[in-house]
Amino acid sequence: MSSIFTRRRFLIGSAASLGAVGLTGCDDISQNQHVQKVLALAERLTMGTQRLIVSPQTLAREYTDADISPNFHPNGSIQPTSAEYVRMVETQFADWRLKIDGMVNRPMEFSLADLKKLPSRTQITRHDCVEGWSAIGKWQGVPLGLILQTAGLKPGARYAVFYCADELEQTLDGSGRYYESIDLIDAFHPQTILAYSLNGKDLEVEHGAPLRLRVERHLGYKHAKYVMRIEIRDRFDDLWGGNGGFWEDRGYEWYAGI
Amino acid sequence: MTSIEQIGTAPPPPPAKIFIRRHSALTRITHWINVLCLTLLLMSGMQIFNADPQLHWGNYGAVEDPSWFEIASNQDGDNTTGIVRIGRLSITTTGILGASTADGEMMPRAFPAWATIPSYQDLAAGRRWHFFFAWLFVINGLVYVAYGLIGGHFRRDLAPTAQDIAPRNIWHEIKDHARLRFPQGEKARRYNALQKLTYLIVIFILLPLMIGSGLTMSPAIDAGYPFLLDIFGGRQTARSIHFITAWSLVAFVVVHIAMVILSGLWNNIRSMVTGRYAIINEETDR
Repeated sequence: MSSIFTRRRFLIGSAASLGAVGLTGCDDISQNQHVQKVLALAERLTMGTQRLIVSPQTLAREYTDADISPNFHPNGSIQPTSAEYVRMVETQFADWRLKIDGMVNRPMEFSLADLKKLPSRTQITRHDCVEGWSAIGKWQGVPLGLILQTAGLKPGARYAVFYCADELEQTLDGSGRYYESIDLIDAFHPQTILAYSLNGKDLEVEHGAPLRLRVERHLGYKHAKYVMRIEIRDRFDDLWGGNGGFWEDRGYEWYAGI
Repeated sequence: MTSIEQIGTAPPPPPAKIFIRRHSALTRITHWINVLCLTLLLMSGMQIFNADPQLHWGNYGAVEDPSWFEIASNQDGDNTTGIVRIGRLSITTTGILGASTADGEMMPRAFPAWATIPSYQDLAAGRRWHFFFAWLFVINGLVYVAYGLIGGHFRRDLAPTAQDIAPRNIWHEIKDHARLRFPQGEKARRYNALQKLTYLIVIFILLPLMIGSGLTMSPAIDAGYPFLLDIFGGRQTARSIHFITAWSLVAFVVVHIAMVILSGLWNNIRSMVTGRYAIINEETDR
C-alpha cells in the first residue's frame, strides 16, 4: 500500500517537474523559425478552406438600426500625430486627396467631396476585432470595386495596398506606418467600401477620418483607417516586412477571415 | 486406476490475472493526439482570451459594454490585485488570475504566464498555435468518428444498453463511484453506464459545441453560414460558449484523470498505450 503510494507520489512529482522543464522550453519552441513555418501551414489551409466553402460574393450579415452598438469602441491608432495629418484635421480635410495608382490604366485622385458625389453603399455590419470584442455600426462609403473599375486594372494586378496616415510605431525607415493589403476577390466584394461616414456622421478621427476601408468578412486589423493612397500591385512581399500589412509584419495572419 | 502421470499433469490453477484487448490501435492513437491537441488548445486559448479578458452575450460587446464575466486587475499604488467577476460577484484571485508574477514582478494579466502559450503576451503567436492544433484536432476527430461509425466502436462499446440507462442502475453506479468501488472481474470488460454517457456527452455534445462556437467567431464563416449566428445567439455569445465549454472539458479531464488513477493507474495507462487491460479472474480471486 505504502509502496504504491510513494511510487504514485514519485510519478506525479516527476510529471510536474517535466512540465516545468517543458514550460521554459515552450517559448524557445514558439520562437523557433522551423516551428513557425510548420504552424503557418495552418493559415494557408484555413484560407484555402474558407475560400472553398464561402463563395466570393457571399455577404456578411447586415443588421438593423436597433442592433447598433451604443459605443463603437475605437482601437489601435485613435489620434495620428504627424504634422501633415494634424494640419488636415484643422482644415477639415479640404486639401486631402485619395490617390489611386500602381497597376492601373488611369491613376486618379479624389477629394472627399468627389467621393461623396459617387454612388454609395450603406451597410450595418459587425466589426470583429482580433482581440475578441465586436461592435456594430452603420457605414456609408464608395464601393472600392467601382473606383478600381474607373481606374482600370492592368493585366497582372492582384492586390490593393492601402497606405495610411497613422504611424503606430516610430521608426526611421517608415515600417511603423500602417498599411494593409487585400486581394482582388475581397477588393471587388460588394460590401468592401471606402467609408467616410459612421452612424450617419462624418468619420471621427478616432475611427479613421476622413476615409477608412471596410472589408467585411475580415477581422478588424484589415479595415485600414486614415487611408491616403491605394496602390494596385502584383505582389506585396517587397514592401517593408514583406507580409502585406503592419500587423502581418508583426506575426498576424495575412488572411484575416478567422 | 489412477496413474502417477495423471496426477502429475493435473491442470495448474488458472492465473489470477488475464489480459484482454481493450482499446483498438486507432482509439489509442486518436486519444493521445487529443491529449496533445486539447492541452495546446487550452494554453493558446488562454493566451487569446488574455487579449480581451471579458465575455459578453449577443452580437456585440466591447470594453464599454456590460460584460457578464471578467478577469480584471486593480492598481492601487504599488499594489496590484487580481479579480474574477461573474455578474455582480467578485472574487479576489491575486497571484493566479488578474495579477500574477512574471520575472519576479506582479503584473496585471488575466491568465498567468505559466499557463499560456507562449508565456509572454503575444496574441498573434497564440492564434497560430491555436489554429494549427484546431486543424489537427478536427482532422483527428473526424478520423475517430468515421472509425467509430464504420468500425462499430460506437455501437459495440459506447451505445448504452436499456439495462445501462435504467435509473436504478445509474443510481447504483453513482453510489459505487462515490465509494470509489469500481467494477471488477467480468464487469470490468466493458465500460459502465456512467463512462458511456460521459464519453458520449464529450464526443457528441461538448466537442461539436467547441468547434461550432469557435467557427462562429470567424467573420468569413459567419458570412457563408449565418445560421451559426442564430444557433449560438451571436458572435459574443459564441465566444462565451467557447469559454464555458473549454472549462467543462477541463472539468471532464480532471475527473477522467482522477478515475484513471483511482481505478488502477498502471492498468489503465497500459491499456491506453498497448491495448492490454488486466482483469482479475473471478474464478480464483475469492
